[in-house]
Amino acid sequence: MTRKRRLRAGDMPTERRGAALPDRSADVRHTAWRLWRSMSRQRALLVGSGILGVASVALTATGPLLLGRATDLILTGTLGATRAGSSGIDGAAVGRVLVSAALVYTIAGLCAYAQAWLANLAVQRVVQKLRADIASKIARVPVTYVDRRRRGEILSRVTNDLDNLSQSMQEVLGQLVIPLFSIVVTLAVMFWVSWPLALIALVSAPLSVVVVRWLAGRAQPYFVEQWKQTGRLNSHIEEMYTGHAIVRAFGRERQTMAAFVEGNDELAEVTRRSQAVSGAIQPAMMFISNLGYVLVAVVGGVRVAAGAMTVGDIQAFIQYSRQYSSPLVFLASMAGMVQSGLASAERVFELLEAPEETPDPAVPVQDTPVVGRVTFENVTFRYHPDKPLIENLSLVAEPGHTVAIVGPTGAGKTTLVNLLMRFYEIDAGRILLDGVDITSMTRSRLRSKVGMVLQDTWLFGGTIAANIAYGRPHASHEDIVAAAVAAHADRFIRTLPDGYDTVIDDEGSGVSVGERQLLTIARAFLVRPPILVLDEATSSVDTRTEVLVQEAMSRLREGRTAFVVAHRLSTIRDADTIVVMENGAIVEQGRHDQLVDAGGSYTRLYAAQFAGMTSGTTSEPPVALA
Amino acid sequence: MVEERGVAHVTRSRRERPLLIKLLLPYARVYARPTTAVMAFQLVQTAASLYLPDLSADLIDKGVLAGDTGYVWRLGAVMAGVSLVQLVCAVGASIVAARVASYLARDLRASLFGHVQAFSARELNRFGASSLIVRTTNDIQQVQAIVQTTLTLMVAAPIMCAGGIVFAVAQDVRLSVLLVVVALVLGGAVWGVLWRMTPLSATLQDTTDAVNRIMREQIMGLRVIRAFVQEDHEHARFERANTLLTVTSVRVGRLMSLIFPLFTAVANVSGVAVVWLGSRRIESGAIGIGTLSAFLGYVMQILAAAIMATYLLRMLPRAQVCARRITEVLETTSTLRPPAPPAPPVLRPGRVELRGVGFRYAGAEAFVARGVSLTVQGGETVAIIGSTGSGKSTLLSLIPRLADASEGTVLVGGVDVRRLDRTELSRAIGYVPQRPYLFSGTIASNLRYGDPESTDDDLWQALDIAQARVFVEELPEGLDAPVAQGGTNLSGGQRQRLAIARALVGRPDVYLFDDSFSALDYVTDARLRAALARHTSSAAVIVVAQRVSTIRGADRIVVLDDGRVVGTGTHHELFSTNVTYREIVLSQMTEAEAEAA
Repeated sequence: MTRKRRLRAGDMPTERRGAALPDRSADVRHTAWRLWRSMSRQRALLVGSGILGVASVALTATGPLLLGRATDLILTGTLGATRAGSSGIDGAAVGRVLVSAALVYTIAGLCAYAQAWLANLAVQRVVQKLRADIASKIARVPVTYVDRRRRGEILSRVTNDLDNLSQSMQEVLGQLVIPLFSIVVTLAVMFWVSWPLALIALVSAPLSVVVVRWLAGRAQPYFVEQWKQTGRLNSHIEEMYTGHAIVRAFGRERQTMAAFVEGNDELAEVTRRSQAVSGAIQPAMMFISNLGYVLVAVVGGVRVAAGAMTVGDIQAFIQYSRQYSSPLVFLASMAGMVQSGLASAERVFELLEAPEETPDPAVPVQDTPVVGRVTFENVTFRYHPDKPLIENLSLVAEPGHTVAIVGPTGAGKTTLVNLLMRFYEIDAGRILLDGVDITSMTRSRLRSKVGMVLQDTWLFGGTIAANIAYGRPHASHEDIVAAAVAAHADRFIRTLPDGYDTVIDDEGSGVSVGERQLLTIARAFLVRPPILVLDEATSSVDTRTEVLVQEAMSRLREGRTAFVVAHRLSTIRDADTIVVMENGAIVEQGRHDQLVDAGGSYTRLYAAQFAGMTSGTTSEPPVALA
Repeated sequence: MVEERGVAHVTRSRRERPLLIKLLLPYARVYARPTTAVMAFQLVQTAASLYLPDLSADLIDKGVLAGDTGYVWRLGAVMAGVSLVQLVCAVGASIVAARVASYLARDLRASLFGHVQAFSARELNRFGASSLIVRTTNDIQQVQAIVQTTLTLMVAAPIMCAGGIVFAVAQDVRLSVLLVVVALVLGGAVWGVLWRMTPLSATLQDTTDAVNRIMREQIMGLRVIRAFVQEDHEHARFERANTLLTVTSVRVGRLMSLIFPLFTAVANVSGVAVVWLGSRRIESGAIGIGTLSAFLGYVMQILAAAIMATYLLRMLPRAQVCARRITEVLETTSTLRPPAPPAPPVLRPGRVELRGVGFRYAGAEAFVARGVSLTVQGGETVAIIGSTGSGKSTLLSLIPRLADASEGTVLVGGVDVRRLDRTELSRAIGYVPQRPYLFSGTIASNLRYGDPESTDDDLWQALDIAQARVFVEELPEGLDAPVAQGGTNLSGGQRQRLAIARALVGRPDVYLFDDSFSALDYVTDARLRAALARHTSSAAVIVVAQRVSTIRGADRIVVLDDGRVVGTGTHHELFSTNVTYREIVLSQMTEAEAEAA
């Protein structure tokens, strides 16, 4: 058991080993309590499993007694036969005892099977529920929850921690009852048969626990070091694979390999040590158990010779002493599993207890056709409470108009989009859609009116066609192709191995960033929502394609209100309103020519782009931008 | 569609048993001696543990029943001694096994890592970096675990089983027949469970992957899911995967639940049979009562062996999958062949030539780029411009040999890059990739990638040109400021400027900029190019870009469309004569602006 746990622990991410073990008892109690509550529906199964386990142990415990009984019967028979030459072994009596022993063992086996099966069923259901809870939790946390954390860290909670928790629960709940109860029963029977021998066994088994703990303690630092080295080596590997092109282009293979070999050798050494020390645990256990065996045989032998007990008792005793020491060691090894499982449970529950989005209004406003007037009224928002991001911003987008938002990085352009979509909740002010406060409608209604193309393109594992049809799952193939054609994605899709049925993954390997942007644009085209939000939608697409996409988009924009966040000014020249943002506030607003003539921020931005175009040499640009 | 992929996995991974063996076989030769030592230790260890019931039979028959207390004590001492021998051998076996398993994993990791390093961008993309990382780390860990388990438990299990029978035969031949039956039944049970378990485990692995993948997608794609109001769809998708995983887990669990009770019941009932048949033998005077006790001990030994085998049962299917994934990588040969010695010296530093170069991905019908010929002399700046997917970056990647051309020849310094020494080649080239990847360490350690020997002054100079001096100076630690893995603690523009500085540090003869200015604002872009022009006056510079403003000052501009060169010339020449170029330019600026330069 120790071995298995160790190996399984190998799958766990290295970062949280050791560090995250819950040592604060209040938290542990809270976690354990949550875990217990999460099992509430499966308690009947667990109780049933427990009862079956107890039955199995009780039955198993009577087995050696019966066998010992049979041995004694045989012995009296043979001794009697040699002495009196009369009856010999009482075959019928021995037969009766043996048949009942066989029956007892068979039923015990069936009980044990049913016990494990029920426990497994219960655990699987609990874990299934936990997984479902987490999935729906993810759908309810505010976007800021995910934005503020490293995604890999959240992912690790929902995958690695949940896996670990499920395995620990399976092992602990599935296998706790039998060892625990068999220790009690076996000890009782042993004392009943012969208390002096029972005392010997009582000393030897805890001794093995002590030795196991000692060895495990000796191995612990090696394990800690092993995980540290593993983490170090893994991150080296990760870097070198991710930066493969750099390594090759700069001819750093030799140095990279040297660094790898160093870490690799260190890891092998420390692994060898940890395995060698922990590998001694099992032989040591065996040795102590054997010594107990020898002692029981010798002391028992002496006592039989003295007439204090029968040979059958010794035989039963030897079996008992084995039955008793192995579950004890197993329980000792389970402590680590419980610890690691609780640590994972804590991280899982932390996620489950995270604050959620404010609920949608109980009585949302009526779903009326959207005209498309969007109004920001004195909107204030801070991502970090002490850092103003958007302060007191007001803005009106008339129905059917295109509003372009420009400004230096960090000016709050994307934040504005996040607020409109209610990914972030504003701290003060109002955002109105056709005069209705967006907080008075459900989020899904609001979002279904807005089609958006994000700067950060996201594709899920599936076919190209399914990715385009994401917002309209039942779209016909013709519609999908039409959307792709409009987004100028059709041509490159057709060069892929399986065309529209080419399967891509969420890393989008084989599809360039620009191509991914075209796919996400096609996705928005297919939905045809009343309001469009394009957040740097074409930043990685080449300008010529961009112009073509823009033309298609301006057709799409007809009659629709559109927000366009752009870096390249050339793409937004024709917007009805250009909003220039700096440090979370609107500094200028107007049409392209008006703004160019105004000689303000926009002029400087525009000149900077233009200056960049013309000079290419040394001339100092008119103004430095953030 | 995602689910369908999962099914494909299952059918594929069903029959692949020999892969693990194939993967490990070469190492069996390397580690033949320690492996033999493990076997020897295990043999002695097992023999000792089997000898114990034998001795206890003697103890009962000749000591207890004969009433010879002295004999009981003497034999007790012998048994203790035998236990000690067993302890020593078992520990010995475990120590040597730990050595074999960890060194084998080390060798396997090194060979995999070296293999991946030799990959071209083509092979790397086929697997994806993240998949390769898992294969090099976690998958090999699994293989190590199974080797360790095999050497410590699995070697002992058959020895124990066979030894148990041998010792039993020595005690009583007729009663031993029963033990052989028990061993066969248990062996059959192990095999049967394994047979059922292998496909189930593969399914379990796949369904787990599917659930994790959906979880991952729902976190990564949080915004898109909400923006398109697809929460219900995603919920249903997850529920399906979750149910499938639960159903599979329950099935696996049911099979697992069977193992232990089944084996214990078989062994216990066998014990009953031993006593029953034994009583007949005792009655006929063929054996003593102690032998009966010994036989019960042997049954337990065989049971222990069977239970050991089940450890492997649990690990084997997963290790098989890992072995397949490792083998897949090892069997993929890099399309980049190392140059055959002797590598010729660079003939004309700072000259890059492409002769009829074409590239296409293996299996793809269309070329990414084809028939490209181009010569760039030292001191010349050539820009390549074209639409997304026109093959610009691919062409550029052929020069530092991130991939090899499918047809035609790429020459650097007048020599075919496939014949050049790799160190020589990379020293000649300063490459700035599209995605500016930085390594964990410090700013200085990243910059020294270009030239490990460079001084701090060199680094500052490079930073100066790359317009990165100011922000580096503002960092409290300056050059020693920490850089997180991938450079994630820096902004995109900062990363890009550092990547440019990194290429500058080595003072190469050839500069390759793959759309390296896109994350910079126009002002910084302009300044950087001005500084760069002074620094690289004698080098050949090839710039791939999308912004016309970035490249219009180039000595020559090459216009690519659909992987073919459709025009070459200066900005003015092309603007007036080349339709594609004109379209590109006008997509970024007005006619007046374009003419103004």
